[in-house]
Amino acid sequence: MLAHSNPEPSSKTTDPLEVHDLTVAYTKRPVLYGIDLVAPPGSIVGVVGPNGAGKSTLIKAIMGLLPAASGWIKVFGKPFRQAVTRVGYVPQRESVDWDFPVNAMDVVLMGRYGRLGPMKRPTKADKEIAMACLEKVKMLPYAKRQISNLSGGQQQRVFLARALAQESDLYLMDEPFVGVDAATEAAIIDILRELQQQGKTLLVVHHDLTTAPDYFDRILLLNMRVVAYGRTEDVFTFENLQNAYGGRLSILSEVALSRARKKAEGDTPDSIHQ
Amino acid sequence: MNSANGDSRGEPRGILGSERSHAYAMLRRRKPSAHMDLPIRSKLAFRTIGSVLALLAFSSIAHAAKIGDIADTSWSDQALEFFALEHPAIRAAALGTLLIGFCCGALGSFLVVRKLALLGDTLSHAVLPGVALGFLWNASKDPWAIFVGATGAGVMGVALVGWIQHTTRLKEDSAMGMVLAGFYGLGVSLTTMIQNMVMGNKSGLDKLFFGQAAALSSGDLWLLGIISSISIALILLFYKEFLVISFDIGFAKAVGMPVQALHYLLMALLTFAVVVSLQAVGVVLVSALLITPAAAAYLLTDRMHWVLVLAAGFGMISGILGAFISYLSNNLPTGPLIVLGSTTIFTLALIFGPKHGLLTKALRRRRQRQRIALENTLKSVFHLSESSGFTRKEFSIAALANERNQDLASTEKEVRALVAAQLARHVDSENGAEWSGQARFQLKKAGWLRACEIVRNHRLWELYLTNAAQYQSDHVHDDAEEIEHLIGEDIVQRIEERLKSPIQDPHGKLIPRRDQVTA
Repeated sequence: MLAHSNPEPSSKTTDPLEVHDLTVAYTKRPVLYGIDLVAPPGSIVGVVGPNGAGKSTLIKAIMGLLPAASGWIKVFGKPFRQAVTRVGYVPQRESVDWDFPVNAMDVVLMGRYGRLGPMKRPTKADKEIAMACLEKVKMLPYAKRQISNLSGGQQQRVFLARALAQESDLYLMDEPFVGVDAATEAAIIDILRELQQQGKTLLVVHHDLTTAPDYFDRILLLNMRVVAYGRTEDVFTFENLQNAYGGRLSILSEVALSRARKKAEGDTPDSIHQ
Repeated sequence: MNSANGDSRGEPRGILGSERSHAYAMLRRRKPSAHMDLPIRSKLAFRTIGSVLALLAFSSIAHAAKIGDIADTSWSDQALEFFALEHPAIRAAALGTLLIGFCCGALGSFLVVRKLALLGDTLSHAVLPGVALGFLWNASKDPWAIFVGATGAGVMGVALVGWIQHTTRLKEDSAMGMVLAGFYGLGVSLTTMIQNMVMGNKSGLDKLFFGQAAALSSGDLWLLGIISSISIALILLFYKEFLVISFDIGFAKAVGMPVQALHYLLMALLTFAVVVSLQAVGVVLVSALLITPAAAAYLLTDRMHWVLVLAAGFGMISGILGAFISYLSNNLPTGPLIVLGSTTIFTLALIFGPKHGLLTKALRRRRQRQRIALENTLKSVFHLSESSGFTRKEFSIAALANERNQDLASTEKEVRALVAAQLARHVDSENGAEWSGQARFQLKKAGWLRACEIVRNHRLWELYLTNAAQYQSDHVHDDAEEIEHLIGEDIVQRIEERLKSPIQDPHGKLIPRRDQVTA
């Protein structure tokens, strides 16, 4: 899925995540331009920006769920496809049908699927790991509940448990704090800190500016392009926030839009099948 | 999954057995499945293919005869004859419809949970031109030629839907509607032309619209057997993959699954299932067999593998029922009968389903209403007792009617309900007195505790609303009237802790303590 039009980086890198000059242009909505990002090991990076800034798109593009128009992405020094088992993913909660006939345990077990490989079934060990992950998010008593019978916060915790079951080194989380109660938010942030202490790297899309500086030690301020990226105390300034939230760069938006339109008329980039 | 497996393994052996003995042997043998331990599913899947194929070798002796021709006299004789499966044509129809029901039910489950039900309809209509072209290939109803033609047309139809969706601003529903109608129109024209041709008048193509299980040929059965075996095997092998792409396709991709390949594999299996079902169910109604058994199963269970098992079972029941009724009724088209069967199953599931059934829900609502009525009566008795400074224990029905502001008759009914629920006793009845306005009753201990609990819930909630949520104290009563019946002890205790074990409610009345309600 990833376009490797640029030459490979000359220096070998072992950073968990390195994004270089990434551009993602969608048919309907042009989103990301020239993104550079390096997440050092053991960091919690918050991705912050206004609606439509391309926060979710960035995460999806990193995993190859959306095609990159240009630029490259390395996960632990390799293309994403070769590092799949080292990446855990928490999608947005609204991205699935919660009436689906599975219980909380079934969902968490899905976290093991990537490691199992094709045609293999979860073993007893996998089930034990899934139980431990449910326990970690304090959802073990609800393991057998059909997922529509869980509250929003509980559903989010199940998603987190599924990512924990992936036992990854890099976690990509899309708005894990949306629609959760204060207790769940605190529980989730505790788990994120614990992961960080274990040396894992986290990239978390977040929309709440008031909590962002407390939660993350690095912040990526995003609005179609990188407004600022670095350590929280350097990035989280009035001027940077003004730049990120004070309106789009209008010429960039227009050019992006017309380019996407032309592209849509010419050819259709493949997208995930719905 | 276990019992799906068991069925598929047991069923072929069962019918083989019926070669020798009779139908009841088959029924007996089809049952044992739950105890079967299935450690290695893939091995089993291949064994399944083997046994279905072996069975087909047997029953392909069947000739395409009209089963109704072997008409018997009485209904029960006919039933016996049908389920004895002695006649090859009956055996072909029964086996065929069972396999079709199994395949369509199981594969249709994925359509239902992925909200792709309309795709089944599109697929089944889109295959028709392919069927006609397959017939024209060598001017005969060669199942293999028709299979190839129909599969090609089905794949083309589905691909066209995807193409329209991606290249125009039209959405999936319009694309499906158009493709469905367009292909069907073309198919009807082609088949009518064929039938008007010399060799066409005995083509039997007309049977493809509404299905005729009796016309299943041995070639049809072979195809069916192969496709069923492949479907079972692939569902068993790729169950977890199909599960995760159905639930969360983004996640499936993120963990490195070949999502597109799996999607197309599932679509291919569905196309095959539709195509092999045409002869028995017909183009027009195949989609119902994909959707309805799975929809019924979806209402009955909250686990995907049970949806699959139940849907396959319901599909098989509908299939065999359709074939049987068609046999009884002298060859009515099987398709509509099968669909009526599955619709009946769906209706039963809709009404009597233990979790989401309409009847179950109505009963649950009724029980809740009764409980609330009971609790309201208890609460009034508490108020009566409270206004006497908790000195009086016995009350007349008239006094309670006065407190509850309602007539004697309905109050008497409420007290009778309390007595029936073992929450109160009728004081005078021990002396043999009749019920009347002056009849007196007393709460039993359980009744009194429950009354205290409700009042406690009510007053704590009122206090919580005024103190913690800043409600005006005259706004809280109505809300508490509802909430008192709904909150559990854990929430009540949390409120109590939050309010630091209060003594009085916002109106100055005493709140029953916890030890008073749990004594």
